[in-house]
Amino acid sequence: MTVWWAIVITCAGCYALKLAGLSAPRQVLDHPTVQRFASLVPVALLAALIAVQTFAHGQQLHFDGPRAAGLGAAVVALLLRAPFLVVLATAAVVTAVLRHVMS
Amino acid sequence: MDTTTRSSAVRDGLGVGIAVGLSGVAFGAAAVTAGLSVAQACVLSLFAFTGASQFALVGVVAGGGNLVAGTAGALLLGARNGLYGLRMSDLLAVRGRRRLPTAHGVIDETTAVALAQPDERSARTGFFVTFVSLYLTWNVTTLLGAVGTSRVADPAVFGLDVVGPATFVAILWPRLTGSGPETRALRLIAGGGAAIALATTPFTPPGVPVLIAAVAVLAVILRRPK
Repeated sequence: MTVWWAIVITCAGCYALKLAGLSAPRQVLDHPTVQRFASLVPVALLAALIAVQTFAHGQQLHFDGPRAAGLGAAVVALLLRAPFLVVLATAAVVTAVLRHVMS
Repeated sequence: MDTTTRSSAVRDGLGVGIAVGLSGVAFGAAAVTAGLSVAQACVLSLFAFTGASQFALVGVVAGGGNLVAGTAGALLLGARNGLYGLRMSDLLAVRGRRRLPTAHGVIDETTAVALAQPDERSARTGFFVTFVSLYLTWNVTTLLGAVGTSRVADPAVFGLDVVGPATFVAILWPRLTGSGPETRALRLIAGGGAAIALATTPFTPPGVPVLIAAVAVLAVILRRPK
């Protein structure tokens, strides 16, 4: 599969899911377990993405110090209630500075 | 009609739409850092228009991962928009062809703003104002972030590779920092998901560990069978 196919399928699928929700007969899908699964699944997936993007490279576990420190800085910014974009900028700056210092 | 609640719905919608929309810069940057072209980044923002799925797909591409698993992960993340749609269909009361463009706007932010309004009319106003302002801002800033990053020889020098995971941390944060049994369950799911993903990384193609992590949710749901 090429990247373009992945993009086309993601776009079509994401739209179809939105439309399905708006059009579905509710008694079919409006089930407490389905609702609960859908509200919880993003938490597991996002946490998994954070872990993999920070500590894995391909199929290898790998520790990137500056990247992990940038993520730590993002957590500190969140604890200080910084706005969303400030959180992202803090993470990028800390990672960039550490890479520069360590190289 | 109460004009005060309606104008406060407009204010909420514009505030959320523009503030969140600006983070399209982060998506554009992350996409190009991962190796996508500017056009590919823009197509995702125009037609997928759901941040978490977009970042997820890009993250798998960045790790040189399996594209089938990456696409499946993006769709699994997109499934929650379907559930928002179930909840929003009565509120929005759109029928026939008007449903087609409206559906594209059913995402985290528009649903949150709509459900925060005191009556149905301002809920609809909040939904559409958030949708339009977020859609425009998100797409313009995706383009800017992607073009800006494509002019940078090595985005990792500027720490842009950390923007993807930092975005996920910021999205997750409010759900993990409350108190009570629900927050404890969410922390368990988050910790479990991360642990499962890392434990399966050496044995499965990249992208697949993130899908397997969804098992953490089943563990929590089955533990409390009500």
